[in-house]
Amino acid sequence: MRRGTVALAAALLLYPWLVSGTGSSAFLQDMGANVLLAALGAAAWNIVGGYAGQISVGHAMFFGAGAYLPLLFFHHWQLPPILGVPAGIAVSLVIAVLIGFPTLRLLGHYFSMATIAVAELLRIIVSNWDLAGAAIGVQGPAISRGWWDLIFRSAVPYYYIFLAVLALLLFVTWQMQRSRIGYYLRSIRSGERAARSLGVPVRRYKLYALMLSATFTSLAGSLYALKTGFIDPESGLGILVSVQLVITAALGGAGTLFGPLLGAVILVPLQTATNTWFGGGGTGLTYIIYGGIIVLIARFEPGGLLELWHRHISSRFNKRAEARDAA
Amino acid sequence: MILVQVIVGGLLLGAVYALFSSGLTLIWGMMNFINFAHGEFVMIGMYLAYLVAVAFHGGPLAFSLAAAAGLFVLGAALYFGLIRAVMRGPMLAQILSTFGLALLLRYAAFWIFSPNVVTLPHSYLSGMINLHGILIRESQLVVGAAAAALTIGMHLLLTRTAIGSQLLAVAEDRNAAMLMGIRPDRMQALAWGLSAASAGIAGALMAISFPFSPEVGGTFALIAFVVVTLGGFGSVPGALLAGLMVGLIQALSAYYFGPIYKDIIVYGLFVALLWFRPQGLLGKA
Repeated sequence: MRRGTVALAAALLLYPWLVSGTGSSAFLQDMGANVLLAALGAAAWNIVGGYAGQISVGHAMFFGAGAYLPLLFFHHWQLPPILGVPAGIAVSLVIAVLIGFPTLRLLGHYFSMATIAVAELLRIIVSNWDLAGAAIGVQGPAISRGWWDLIFRSAVPYYYIFLAVLALLLFVTWQMQRSRIGYYLRSIRSGERAARSLGVPVRRYKLYALMLSATFTSLAGSLYALKTGFIDPESGLGILVSVQLVITAALGGAGTLFGPLLGAVILVPLQTATNTWFGGGGTGLTYIIYGGIIVLIARFEPGGLLELWHRHISSRFNKRAEARDAA
Repeated sequence: MILVQVIVGGLLLGAVYALFSSGLTLIWGMMNFINFAHGEFVMIGMYLAYLVAVAFHGGPLAFSLAAAAGLFVLGAALYFGLIRAVMRGPMLAQILSTFGLALLLRYAAFWIFSPNVVTLPHSYLSGMINLHGILIRESQLVVGAAAAALTIGMHLLLTRTAIGSQLLAVAEDRNAAMLMGIRPDRMQALAWGLSAASAGIAGALMAISFPFSPEVGGTFALIAFVVVTLGGFGSVPGALLAGLMVGLIQALSAYYFGPIYKDIIVYGLFVALLWFRPQGLLGKA
C-alpha cells in the first residue's frame, strides 16, 4: 500500500507536466484541476458522510458559504478574495453547529432531512437577497491586481494549490482514521446505540466530524470560487452541488481514504464528456447517469468501487501471493 | 373578505399536502424509511395527468385515476426491485437509494418533457363559487375536498380494514406477522404502492390548477418532510392536521409578506421544529 501511495503522489505531482506535450494540454490541465477539486469536496463530505455514517445531502450549504464569502469580500469592499476564506469557514462552522446540535441527537434520517432543508432554505434566501447578488450572482476581480488576487491564466497554479489542500485533507483524514476519533466514528457508524452503551460520547464526536467536514467543504467552495471567479445560487448552493459531493465519495468508496479521489477521477471526465458530446442538453443526461449510478451503488455495492476492488481483484492477488509463499 | 378567501384557499391546498404527505408518513411508520423521491412521485403524477389529458382527452376523474394506478404500479415495482434489497443494507444505502432515484426521475422528466413549465391543455372546473361573498374556484373546492376525503379514506383503510391490520402487523413485527400467515413482502409492496398512489393522485389534482415543471418535486418533498415531522412520523391524522396547517401558513405568509416568503417560512418552521420538537406536535417524547 505504501508503494502505491508514493506512486499515486508522483503521478499527481507530475500530471500537468506529463500532459503538457499533448495537443490539448490546457484542456487536460484544467480537467486535472477540476478532478482534484471534486476529490477535495468529496473527501470533506466523506468525514461525516463516510466515516461517521451521517448522510448529509445538503453539503452545498458549506460549499456555498465558502464560495460566496470571498467573492462578497471583493464585491463590497474590493478586498482580495482570499481574505474571505476564513470568513467562509467561520460561517460554515456556525451553520454546522446550528444544524448538528439539534439533529445529531436523533437517528440517521432526521439529519439527512435537516441538511437538505437548510441547504434549500439558504439557496432561496440568497436568491432573493440583493446584498448577496440575488439570483444573478457575484463576480470576482476581472483582472489581477497582484499575486494576492490568485488569478492565473493557466490552470497549473490552481492544480498545485488544489493538490496541496487535498494532500493536507487526506493527511488529516489518515491521522483521524488511526486515532481515537476514527475508532469512535466507525463505532458510531456501525451501531449508535452500541457505541453509546460502550461509553462513546456519540453526539459530541458526530458534531466534531461535521465541523471538520464543514471546514474543508467550505475551503473547497472557496477554491472553486477563486478559480471560476463567479458564483450564483445554483452553482454555489444548489442541490446538484450536494449531489456531486455525495456521488463522488460514494462511487469511489464512502469511508475510505482514497475513495473520493477515485470517484473524482471517474466522474469528472465522464461529466466533461457528456457535456461535450451533447452540448447544453448534456446537463440533463449527466444527472440521469448520476442518479442511475447512485441507485446502482446503493442497491449492489454500498461500499463503492474500492470495496469491489478489494473483494474481487485484490483478494485474487493475495491468494496468488499466498500460494507462492506456500510453495 | 379577502383574508377569509386566502384562509380557505390555504386550507384547500393544505388538504392536498396532507394527501401526499400521508403516503410518506405511511412508509416511515411501517418501515422506518424516508423516501427522498416522494416529491418526484408527485411530479410524475402531474405528468401522467398531462399525458392522459393530451393523448386521450381524459377529464380530471380519468387522469387522476390513471395517475394513481400508474404510481401504484411504480411504487410496488420499486419495492421489489430496489427497496427490499437496500432495507437490509447500511444506512448509506437506504438514504442514497431514494435520493439517487429522485435525481434519476427528475432529470429523466427533464430529458423527456424539457425543463419548460407546462399546464394541462384545458382548464377544468374553472367556474367560480360565491359563498356569501367569498369567491372560490370550483377546481380548488373539488380538489381540496377530494384530497381530504382520500386522506381520511387512507386512515380508515389502515385502522378499520383487515388489510390495514395486516399492514400494521408487519410494521410491528415482521416475523410474528409471517407466523400468522401474512406475507410481509406483499404487504410492504402494497404500502409502497399506496404511498406512491397517494403522491400520484395528489399530483394529478394539483396539475388542474397549477403550472408545473420537472423541478417541482424538490419543493413537494420538503413540504412533505415538514408535514410529516409536524404531524408526527407514522400518523395519518397527524399528517392531515399538519397538512392543513402548512397550507394555511403558506397562504398567510404569501398574503402578508409576498410569495417568495411562503417557502422560506415553511422551511424555517421545519428547522425550528427539529430544534424544539422533533417528535412532532402530536407525537410522544
